[in-house]
Amino acid sequence: MSEPGSSTTRSSPVTPADKISSLDTRLIDTTKTLPTEPKGRTGAARILLGRDAIMIYLLLAFVLYASIAIPRFASPVTVGFLLLDVIPVLLIAMPMTLVIITGEIDLSVASIAGLTSALMGVLWESGLDIGVVLAISLFAGVVAGAFNGFLIAVAGLPSLAVTIGTLALYRGLALVVIGDNAVANFPPGLTAFFTSKIGATGIPTVMIGVVVVALFFGVLLHLTPFGRGLYAIGFSKEAATFVGIRVSRAKFWLYVGTGSVSALAGIYWTLRYSSARSDNASGLELTVIAAVLLGGVSIFGGTGSIPGVIAGVLLIGTINFSLRLERISDVVLIMVTGSLLIASVVAPSVFEALQRWRHGRRMHKTLPQVPASGATSATAPGVQERK
Amino acid sequence: MTTAPTRPPGTAEHTVSAVPSRLGALLRLRELPVTVALIALVTITTVVNPLFLSPQGVKDLLLNATIVIILAAGQALVIITRNVDLSVGSVLGLVAFGTGTLFVTVPGIPIVVVFLVGMLLGALLGAINGLLVTVAKVPALVITLGTLYIYRGLNNAWAGGTQYFAGDRPDAFGALSVDTVLGFPLITLIAIVVVVIVAVYLAGTRAGRDLYAIGSDPDAAKLFGIPVSRRVFLAFLTNGVLAGLAGVLYASRFNSVGATTGSGLELAVVAAAVVGGVAIFGGSGSVVGAAMGALLLTTITSALTALRVDKFWQEAIVGVLILSAIIIDRIASVRTARKLRISEARNV
Repeated sequence: MSEPGSSTTRSSPVTPADKISSLDTRLIDTTKTLPTEPKGRTGAARILLGRDAIMIYLLLAFVLYASIAIPRFASPVTVGFLLLDVIPVLLIAMPMTLVIITGEIDLSVASIAGLTSALMGVLWESGLDIGVVLAISLFAGVVAGAFNGFLIAVAGLPSLAVTIGTLALYRGLALVVIGDNAVANFPPGLTAFFTSKIGATGIPTVMIGVVVVALFFGVLLHLTPFGRGLYAIGFSKEAATFVGIRVSRAKFWLYVGTGSVSALAGIYWTLRYSSARSDNASGLELTVIAAVLLGGVSIFGGTGSIPGVIAGVLLIGTINFSLRLERISDVVLIMVTGSLLIASVVAPSVFEALQRWRHGRRMHKTLPQVPASGATSATAPGVQERK
Repeated sequence: MTTAPTRPPGTAEHTVSAVPSRLGALLRLRELPVTVALIALVTITTVVNPLFLSPQGVKDLLLNATIVIILAAGQALVIITRNVDLSVGSVLGLVAFGTGTLFVTVPGIPIVVVFLVGMLLGALLGAINGLLVTVAKVPALVITLGTLYIYRGLNNAWAGGTQYFAGDRPDAFGALSVDTVLGFPLITLIAIVVVVIVAVYLAGTRAGRDLYAIGSDPDAAKLFGIPVSRRVFLAFLTNGVLAGLAGVLYASRFNSVGATTGSGLELAVVAAAVVGGVAIFGGSGSVVGAAMGALLLTTITSALTALRVDKFWQEAIVGVLILSAIIIDRIASVRTARKLRISEARNV
């Protein structure tokens, strides 16, 4: 939609200005960029003042504030419970970031986690070895993701509608598999491992696995041609096709990715709470998407990064946890998530409007003969395209 | 994009006689698949279990569908403009709880006033959505996901552990969902009137047709001179009013209203609209279709019970239905595109 280059080409309309110049020399000034115009950040400033960095500063500032202001916050116990709570969201947010960057969405993740959990329960009850149970459950997630991917990438159906359908389908299959039952007698050694901590740090042992997943998707998105291609797909599918990116194939594998990681989250959920039920992780999809969007990923695709999303997930998790320590009712906390989400998307919009207004005023000052309305209407189309 | 239901048949049909083209138009009707599915479902179920269409059975069917029908009609308006409103479940919850509170705190309040207050509250919540979407120019999916949480949080903070039960409400209010006229429960009649009004508005007025234009191509609609922001705002406002109405009816229909009333309803409503032939990317579909979709999705639950199918299969079948609706829509749009290409080639 809005390529970064389009604004520069629009601000220098060469041909009409050339025509006018022979008649009226004063108007040539409009083609000159203003000397105080911001040129875009480069080098260290770009990283240190970017959207991701602001997110990380916010997170650090909040953690600092909480450690000082809330008595029981800065302790290994807090760290442990906080991380155990955010792990499912953190896990699923990684592939979800990639999916949303390509301009698609996956609402079926929580249902895949639920389906995995239900399968684990039934297979374990039937007496299979736990290794086999885990392998089959993970494979079910891969298949579920591949089915999404087939419908979206191969058949070309809209992802929002397809994943609402599979959201119901996979949750329904979970119900079919396990019904009203709950399976809780998983091997104690395994469930203990899933809540164990690394030494005295309070960091859960499973965080190692989560870090591996995050590194995998971080490297995939930021350091490989495949990942860079995802941004291109998010900006423009047609353009991406023309530069030789295999759009369908990339999307298919992304959905396999969300399916597999959702299955991992389902396995984690089952073993952490030591309970396999059909309604495990239900409603998690919206939490994950809220966290990803808060982390700076545009719902239209084309922008966002893994570090920003990790900071976003941890920020929501930390705020919720500290409010809970302050004995604020659990259920009210979702308002914080909602407000943060809206603030994170409205703020850039307000900021941009402010900048445009200042730009317009500057134009007006330096070029008094150009009407202010003309100056604003020249920038307006680019802004409206972004919505 | 696919054609809107009221759009005249393509240019190629001009030479063909009127009867087949009318048949063709009927076959291309976006509400056709959902209608066929609904008729087939009801027929099969009735054959197997004749009690399914008994007066009481029909009444239960309609009562179950009423709330979702109203919500789906409102959602259709929003989706047609290429937006979406995920906050409807939370709006319904807030209004339903507000209704319960109103009856308890103001004894003897006229029921009409309660309806008005509920719809006004819904209008306010819908207007907040609409303002954020149109003024801040932020995608509706994100905004309404945010307000879904905020409204639900407000509901939680307001209600806490409080619940209002049927005994807290005047009998006349509860009777709305018990008494029937010609076999139709009163609240269902309200829903039908609402759907008809919205459908006429959408199909027959200029502002209603504008919504289709906006959904097909927002930029083109703007160039054409349609006040896009105002129309989209209006769609969200109307959806809020309808969600408010649904909230009041919910309080009449169900025994208890509390902090979690209506949670998780949003995706079911979007699903109903999609099953009813409203394209998720806007520009096509109708309110009647969305209402039929809602009726189909709620009928399945009762039908499966009547057919003695394991109740656990129900949600999976809903999922399959949604997917088939999308696939049918896709096939139809591919065929329309091909036909248009052929007729264009002929005209050149």
